[in-house]
Amino acid sequence: MIKKEMIAMLLAGGQGSRLGVLTSKVAKPAVAFGGKYRIIDFPLSNCINSGIDTVGVLTQYQPLRLNAHIGIGIPWDLDRNIGGVTVLPPYEKSGNSEWYTGTANAIYQNLDYIDSYNPDYVLILSGDHIYKMDYEVMLDYHKANQADVTIAAMPVPYEEASRFGIVLTDDDNKITEFEEKPEQPRGNLASMGIYIFSWKILKEALITKSEQSNCDFGKHIIPYCFEKGDRMFAYEYNGYWKDVGTLSSYWEANMELINIIPVFNLYEEFWRIYTKSDTLPPQYISEYAKVERSIVSEGTSIYGEVYNSVIGAGVTIEEGAVVRDSIIMQNTSIGKGTKVNKAIIAENANIGFDVELGIGNEELSKLEPKIYNSGLVTIGENSVVPNHVKVGKNTAISGITVAEDYPNGVLGSGEFIIKAGDVK
Amino acid sequence: MRAIGIILAGGNNNKMRELSYKRAISAMPIAGSYRSIDFALSNMSNSHIQKVAVLTQYNALSLNEHLSSSKWWDFGRKQGGLFVFTPSITAENGFWYQGTADAIYQNISFLKNSHEPYVVIASGDGVYKLDYNKVLEYHIAKKADITVVCKDFPEGTDVSRFGCVKMNEESRITEFEEKPLVCTSNTVSTGVYVIRRRLLIELIEKCAAEDRYDFVTDILVRYKNVKRIYGYKINTYWSNIATVESYYKTNMDFLKLSVRDYFFKQYPDIYSKVDDLPPAKYNPGAVVKNSLISSGCIINGVVENSVLFKKAYIGNNCTIKNSIILNNVYIGDNTYIENCIVESRDTIRANTTYIGNNGEIKIVVEKGERYSL
Repeated sequence: MIKKEMIAMLLAGGQGSRLGVLTSKVAKPAVAFGGKYRIIDFPLSNCINSGIDTVGVLTQYQPLRLNAHIGIGIPWDLDRNIGGVTVLPPYEKSGNSEWYTGTANAIYQNLDYIDSYNPDYVLILSGDHIYKMDYEVMLDYHKANQADVTIAAMPVPYEEASRFGIVLTDDDNKITEFEEKPEQPRGNLASMGIYIFSWKILKEALITKSEQSNCDFGKHIIPYCFEKGDRMFAYEYNGYWKDVGTLSSYWEANMELINIIPVFNLYEEFWRIYTKSDTLPPQYISEYAKVERSIVSEGTSIYGEVYNSVIGAGVTIEEGAVVRDSIIMQNTSIGKGTKVNKAIIAENANIGFDVELGIGNEELSKLEPKIYNSGLVTIGENSVVPNHVKVGKNTAISGITVAEDYPNGVLGSGEFIIKAGDVK
Repeated sequence: MRAIGIILAGGNNNKMRELSYKRAISAMPIAGSYRSIDFALSNMSNSHIQKVAVLTQYNALSLNEHLSSSKWWDFGRKQGGLFVFTPSITAENGFWYQGTADAIYQNISFLKNSHEPYVVIASGDGVYKLDYNKVLEYHIAKKADITVVCKDFPEGTDVSRFGCVKMNEESRITEFEEKPLVCTSNTVSTGVYVIRRRLLIELIEKCAAEDRYDFVTDILVRYKNVKRIYGYKINTYWSNIATVESYYKTNMDFLKLSVRDYFFKQYPDIYSKVDDLPPAKYNPGAVVKNSLISSGCIINGVVENSVLFKKAYIGNNCTIKNSIILNNVYIGDNTYIENCIVESRDTIRANTTYIGNNGEIKIVVEKGERYSL
């Protein structure tokens, strides 16, 4: 008989549109982070480190990279005879076929998957946060409280509390009230989007709410359980947790890794983060290169200068190039003499020689001021930037651009070039 | 599948000095992120040889650890797989492997129970890329009994630690001298052989009946006039790492773009066990020039013309020059290291100096526990 005490359901179907061109071709959980990792590596590694060996990954938006990355789960030891990792895309059903219309709806459409493991508890995770957490401790807490639902929550500064879903609790951490993005917060425990449900409770709620359109955990399932009088507890988490949903938070979280003693330490032995490494060889730093206050991944060759940056695997930085305060993802190359300032350059991009990225003053983005607002140059994957051009701040480039796309060789601050159908 | 593979990984020799105290030569770390046996294993895998036996007896701990899973070389299959054979006491035999032929003899059931017609024998201490299928095709075309993969060294190179061969114009080997006092040829055997499985069984059993134990002297040298033994020359990179000097040089070769390009960028790849280490970190004060740096390293000092293996920690104000730092070494502040190989899992105390003088490579072993961060 197949039986797993707790299985995890990892929501990885969202686009993460606030990451702009970084997610125009990949789902947010598949975006590179910290040089060699992808965002989804963090929850997946947490699962296996917490002893959870059965994980369903719900995919929908641009799943190719995610599928290729997860494979059969070898990097996380999730290649199992029973359990392991299963990628769960939406599928056609007799009578109706719909996409995953909300987080809870996605789980509802996979009731059979969960039931096949006969679990007592189901852990709901999202694939877009950077943190290390032992879900087993959270489960012990759930059991000790005889809870029906346990919500992981972390204290945030009161002035920021209005951006979050806040839970109010009594002295035993039993949840007494919810406030969604309150203007006058009465508490500061913010929900992290990590839930443990007793499976019976969740199943009943999902079935009852199955007709709800865009059925969502935060908006529908949690309130439903709360009103029904289920025992709900807040599990307080005080470690490092970072939402990397915006360009500025993504950039900051990467930059925190290069501190001398980073708050989020990847060098600790006991809670390793696993990832699929396509590149094995060591990195080469040439005679004339300078690398300082940076982290650099496998197989990269550096002939130029790199300061305060996070460099992915298989990157080439040519002679005379100077990279500062930037994130360069895997297999991208930076041409000779090119200056890169405060840029995020996605995978497999090719930046020509004598290019200057990040010049001039900040201007409001003409593409999407809500996204491109932190002074960054953002370049999507597989993009090409021609030789000798200059690019300002709050800019976005995606696709194979040529010199003609840059009037007078300059893309001013706030401008953008998005090439349609930029298939490599 | 036409061939099975045997990798002779048992060896130890005193030319590796202190480096062999800890591990078999086949388990020596190479080029930052690999171990010596990865090259033979990857060649096997890339040549679509699916069933491979590794014969080992000397200090096999590191090797066993490295081979704990065979999936990295794609040997985790239903058909075939990777087998590690250490000596075992049986009803007929209570000895260790007394030589390479004896090692094969003690595991002759591996040969007898296979159905593939050919066997590729390789050693675990060579750094090279080779498609064994090409050798096999050559072997068949020449109607050879045994094919030996050979490599020409430049005139004047000291090749006295190798097997030296002479071939006639048909590439048939006419002379074969193992570790000659005076070399009459600059063509050496790379220790890679192709032979028909049934013939190998026959020769090995005959050897054992005559109390002979060595594949080279008791089979290749002894049978060179009776059997058709051919040489297959390669002109690509090949290096045997079984002395401290050649081990050092082989690692330093990877500082050359051409060598890195050949092994790391060109098809096919070399595979190794994945260690899940974070990217290398360069803190303020790090000055790195012409060096290879592996994952998990943290650098606070100066590193020049050196190879840093995984998880090296270089303290503040240190200088590492022309040196190899093996896996998992913590180097305390203000330390100076030049022309050295620093043994793995060690802590080098702060304020120490180690210099290998007069072209000699110094091997640094402090036997301190690795100081963990």
